[in-house]
Amino acid sequence: MSDNSKMPSPLMNGIAQVGACGLFFFSILAAIPRSMVHFAQTVKQIWFVGAMSLIIIMTCGLFVGMVLALQLYYVLSIFGGTGALGTVVALSLFRELGPVVTALLFAGRAGTSITAEIGLMRATDQLSAMEMMAVDPLSYVVAPRFLAGLIAMPLLACVFNAMGIFGAHLVGVTWLGLDNGTFWSNMTSSVDVWKDVLNGVWKSVAFGAVITLIAAFQGYTTAPTSEGVAYATTRTVVQSSIVVLALDFVMTAFLM
Amino acid sequence: MAQQRSFQLGTGLFILLGFAALAYLATQTTSVANFRQGDSYTLQARFTNIGQLKLGAPVKMAGVRIGSVSAIDLDPVKLDATVKLAVSNRFNTLPDDSAAAIFTSGLLGDQYVAIQTGGSPEVFKDGDEFILTQSSMQLEDLIGKFLAGSGGSKSDKPNVATPEAETKPEPAAAIPNQP
Repeated sequence: MSDNSKMPSPLMNGIAQVGACGLFFFSILAAIPRSMVHFAQTVKQIWFVGAMSLIIIMTCGLFVGMVLALQLYYVLSIFGGTGALGTVVALSLFRELGPVVTALLFAGRAGTSITAEIGLMRATDQLSAMEMMAVDPLSYVVAPRFLAGLIAMPLLACVFNAMGIFGAHLVGVTWLGLDNGTFWSNMTSSVDVWKDVLNGVWKSVAFGAVITLIAAFQGYTTAPTSEGVAYATTRTVVQSSIVVLALDFVMTAFLM
Repeated sequence: MAQQRSFQLGTGLFILLGFAALAYLATQTTSVANFRQGDSYTLQARFTNIGQLKLGAPVKMAGVRIGSVSAIDLDPVKLDATVKLAVSNRFNTLPDDSAAAIFTSGLLGDQYVAIQTGGSPEVFKDGDEFILTQSSMQLEDLIGKFLAGSGGSKSDKPNVATPEAETKPEPAAAIPNQP
């Protein structure tokens, strides 16, 4: 990594970063079987990145569902098609908004903390100390966080979707007075388990992998100063947001 | 150790909550929800045209879902559509002169079978057939009727004249080919 700073061109620097990140990904994959020894670490990380993110995910899911119902009610009432509100909310949540917004929140809530934690470990030479004690930091520190992101993201996205549907029902049926039966029956007749619900789950698994990969990579390769950790944390949020949205487009095109 | 245990407990609860949310999404908001139905009895209805009625479409009475369409077939002899309706056993007191009609929910919605109650003291039993049915309204038919009914004086004549003008040369053109 120290070679990168000597490279003059930002383009070459960027390509080298992508390559290093890819190599890092493979070394994480290789470390996953070894990290099964430290499974308690993975459980602890699922608690930290998953369960502790529940409040922000649930609140945001509720508000996204509510605002979606409000906006779509306004648009659909122009065409006299407010009966389709449940369908449109469910499809847009399951296929797009659920996985993407959860991923962006996850990058801000969990990705930054992974980068800061691993980055501080790097800055205070804890990672080197682990290597000295013959503890592989990849399998003890990085792989559990990667696995936790992989497991927690789809579950968080499902909670987000469920809260979004609840919020849409709250606004559409309870407040705006749509018919409860129409709301649900139109939704159930148009939403498909495999094509819509699982489509979103695959997306969120991919987003979870990408976010934790970027976060761990930025933390692992940070400059060992407080300024370096600060930059690494910023880069985590910026890069994972861009990659999530770009990957979302690619996955949507393939999963259609 | 106690802290370790609370982590594990919390993580387990989180995973359970996540899977509960997934199960809720998969079973309550998707087409899977329509398969859950208790005991039902089957009624049959014949329509000359079912439009876009699909399998699993709702059967409604007074706007409330009481069952679903379980089979759609074409009678090879009478050449009309036979639709089997699975109606929940809770609603087993439908008068046997009730009428079945195919309606569209809203302007853009799916089609469903609506049952209008009759006044007969006898009730439908399993396998009975509706005597009174009303087929689906075809938008094309309505437009056709509207055009035929309103525009008889001016707009029809050029339309009628052009096909005839086109068909007349055909026999003439066909004769040179025959020898």
